[in-house]
Amino acid sequence: MSRIAVSTLPVAAERSPALRETLAFARRLARRRTALFGLVVVLLVAGTALAAPWLAPFDPVEQKIGDRLKPPGWRDEAGRLHPLGTDHLGRDLLARVVFGARPALLVGFAAVLLSGIIGMVTGLLSGYFGGRVDDVLMRLGDVQLAFPFILLAIAVIGVLGPSLPVIIVVIGVSSWVIYARVVRGAVLSLREREFVQAAHALGVGELRVLARHILPNALTPWLVVATLDMARVIVIESALSFLGLGVQPPTPTWGGMLADGRVYITTSWWLATFPGVAILVTVLGINLFGDGLRDTLDPRLRV
Amino acid sequence: MRVYLLRRLLQSLLVLLGVSFVVFLILHLTGDPALVLLPPDSTAEDIRKFREQMGFDDPFLAQYGRFLSGALRGDFGQSVRHGEPAFALVVERLPATLELSGAALVVALLLAIPAGIVSAVRRNSMVDYVSTVTALLGQSMPTFWLGIMLILVFSVHLNLLPSSGRGTLEHLVMPAITLGLFTTARIMRLTRSGMLEVLGQDYIRTARAKGVANRPVVWKHALKNAAIPIVTIVGIELGTLLGGAVITETIFAWPGVGRLSVQAIYNRDYPVVQASVFLLASTFVLVNLVVDVVYTYLDPRIRLR
Repeated sequence: MSRIAVSTLPVAAERSPALRETLAFARRLARRRTALFGLVVVLLVAGTALAAPWLAPFDPVEQKIGDRLKPPGWRDEAGRLHPLGTDHLGRDLLARVVFGARPALLVGFAAVLLSGIIGMVTGLLSGYFGGRVDDVLMRLGDVQLAFPFILLAIAVIGVLGPSLPVIIVVIGVSSWVIYARVVRGAVLSLREREFVQAAHALGVGELRVLARHILPNALTPWLVVATLDMARVIVIESALSFLGLGVQPPTPTWGGMLADGRVYITTSWWLATFPGVAILVTVLGINLFGDGLRDTLDPRLRV
Repeated sequence: MRVYLLRRLLQSLLVLLGVSFVVFLILHLTGDPALVLLPPDSTAEDIRKFREQMGFDDPFLAQYGRFLSGALRGDFGQSVRHGEPAFALVVERLPATLELSGAALVVALLLAIPAGIVSAVRRNSMVDYVSTVTALLGQSMPTFWLGIMLILVFSVHLNLLPSSGRGTLEHLVMPAITLGLFTTARIMRLTRSGMLEVLGQDYIRTARAKGVANRPVVWKHALKNAAIPIVTIVGIELGTLLGGAVITETIFAWPGVGRLSVQAIYNRDYPVVQASVFLLASTFVLVNLVVDVVYTYLDPRIRLR
């Protein structure tokens, strides 16, 4: 008995301050019920994407022309249920919606990571060094923001041809400005703080100050922007697939399914309805979680 | 003031220069613009001749210079598909796109500002709850899906509104709502949070203490200050609307620049693509310049920066 007590006590006391802070933060975030709900939705969608081959009741690309355009709840000769019906090529709609989560989340995550890294680096350089560097980088950002994004994206993807890497790079490279602005703002105020000046006084090099002292503190606003931007990127990915410039068939994408559904809108409502619901639920979950994250971490941040 | 405007104008010109360079680059993305412009089954001899004729063997910067001087005169070359000057084709479609974007903005402002104000004034009421949830849904919904669902309900089932084309006011209703939804949601949330912030300030309390009625306090004293961030975002949102028009126009077969450019991409008609990207981006830069000028009148603090 006493051995257990002795061995557990120090562990509790040894919890590092960082861990304690993280736990306190998690508790505060969990108290916001909408944020928690958003997180649960996001985790469910991510789980669906990962476990798609086991969750989907049918092969998402297997065509059965005889069973085309069957309504939700239809059973085939073998008595197997198609909960959301079938599409114009007789493919099971539920299986396709489930598999559609994969390209959406993959593009969302990869593009956000890419633009986030570019934005973080430009924001750090711009805010820390200021002057000419700042001017050039921020004007570059203005040029970027002057483009109706989707138009530029379809022009570039149209020339290069749609493929997963092209889509990720195009979205990633053209979405860095908001990260750069937010990180730059954070750096501008951090630069003048005592702990940074203390590091300078101790003779710490510029790059080390940036990497060890400024970057970790600029990470909070970055994370909020990244979360909310992921929602935007997923909508863009679906818009590109809708226009036929996303991940190419036969891979099921929510946007591509919507484009098919639009053709059969007068006869088969389910084709265009369910993929849209999938996008709505995913994006709503991310937005709720992102809003909660922002309000908990930094209520003044306007994104 | 004059210095500020001059600097702002110079900045816009610089941005336009950048825009022109990126538009120029579109053709050079694959390394060889001749391969992009010519049909895939062209012979090596065709390609060589075409390259010589178009000057694609000249130094890169010389080519850009030629492109820029052409662009400034509205010359982006001939449309490969229509055989007409690309710029004229695009300009012809611009009014339709401006009409759609303008209508969407009007819808957004008419819905969002009153909803945002009422939400802020009656915080935590049923009205607040409903409009906040609606805004959240609006921000999470892909516009093209909303468009398809509207067609399903109002064209297919109720047979009330036309699902495609342009002409009458009825044609404009669904595209404008579809395109304006995201902007509505954003402006509503911004109005609400801006009003909440302003309503808590001392000068509002002073006005109330002086005995000013509730209505003028909200609609005059508070709204004037809460409007500042709204004006900024209107400029940014217009860019979103011009870009979003690409998809909305495709869904409703709206004969604007967006639909033209999507078709041009499918047809590999790149002069038209370049002309439309350039024109839409320039429109956006111009609008933002105007917004900034309006802004300095609304908020004199800006001029001092």
